[in-house]
Amino acid sequence: MPLIIGMSVLLGCQFLGELLSRGLAIPVPGPVLGMVILLVGLLVNGQVPDALRKTGEGLLRYLTLLFVPAGVGLMVHFGLIRADFWTLVITLVLSTAITLAVTAKVLDWSARRYVGRKGQ
Amino acid sequence: MNLVPLDQLWVYLSGNPLLSLLATLIAFVLATRINRWLGGSPFAHPVLVAIALLIGFLLLTGIDYATYFQGAQFIHFLLGPATVALAIPLFDHRERVRRMLMPILVACVTGIAVAVASTLGIGLMMGAQSETLLSLAPRSVTSPIAMGIAEQIGGIPSLAAGLVLLTGSVGCALGPMIFRWLDIKDPSVQGFTMGLAAHGFGTAQSFASLGAMAGAFAGLAMGLTGMLTAFLLPLITALFGF
Repeated sequence: MPLIIGMSVLLGCQFLGELLSRGLAIPVPGPVLGMVILLVGLLVNGQVPDALRKTGEGLLRYLTLLFVPAGVGLMVHFGLIRADFWTLVITLVLSTAITLAVTAKVLDWSARRYVGRKGQ
Repeated sequence: MNLVPLDQLWVYLSGNPLLSLLATLIAFVLATRINRWLGGSPFAHPVLVAIALLIGFLLLTGIDYATYFQGAQFIHFLLGPATVALAIPLFDHRERVRRMLMPILVACVTGIAVAVASTLGIGLMMGAQSETLLSLAPRSVTSPIAMGIAEQIGGIPSLAAGLVLLTGSVGCALGPMIFRWLDIKDPSVQGFTMGLAAHGFGTAQSFASLGAMAGAFAGLAMGLTGMLTAFLLPLITALFGF
């Protein structure tokens, strides 16, 4: 039973998120709005119900598996990928490296600046 | 007793969702074994190996992607509730998140701007076709969000989903090296960076190798990046003249 209750809560939040996203034409996908809704709900409730924690953490443990079906879709685009192969490889690697380095540096720096000061 | 001819049996099985669902799970188990056998190398990320195995399987058996997806969609569907479930680790670490709210927002906006601008800049310099380029643009965002964004700005949703996954594994491979090089040790900074640049892959890796705190920050970064990118990306692509 806890799995059913937990899943109902998760799907319920996703459903509300989809309603908001479509209804108000917000460009943010439904599940992300659902995450915000659940977070607000948890903050109001003050704790995570056991049933929800069991289901949610179970899903998150296998998060990587859930990406496989979409990834197999790459096979449909072999033509496009072959045409731009090196461009894709170089762009992916370089740009990911730059993003990682800049984000880590900025966060590290601003965390020390903002949080460090408050801590003193 | 009459035996059904094998080819008839195959026609039935290959069109049935059961086969692709089973194949997906088995491929993932095999891929996890292969990854462990290779010493956990991020270049042989279980997801990438599983995808390669499945593409090989589908090409060999002649099953097309649409037929495969009829079975695999049951797994794909769980991405939605899993995204919602990210609220749980976020809630668990709410105190730390609240304390770091300002730095997080600054880092997130900078990170997104750098990710999109460097992707479009390098891609343009290398002469990528505009369809490819627009499918690349949302690549550091988690796939369900990236597919929506790609469609909105004129890219190809399913290509975007694939590129998102490649970005994820590139990020998992590069992340630890870059953190060592820049001397970043705080697990919450590492987790946030991984979640921003490598979405769900980075989040999963942060949970597994850096602990729940890093995982929560990665989940936060992933969600926040997804939301902000959805708003910012159309503006940035307009700036590049698309």
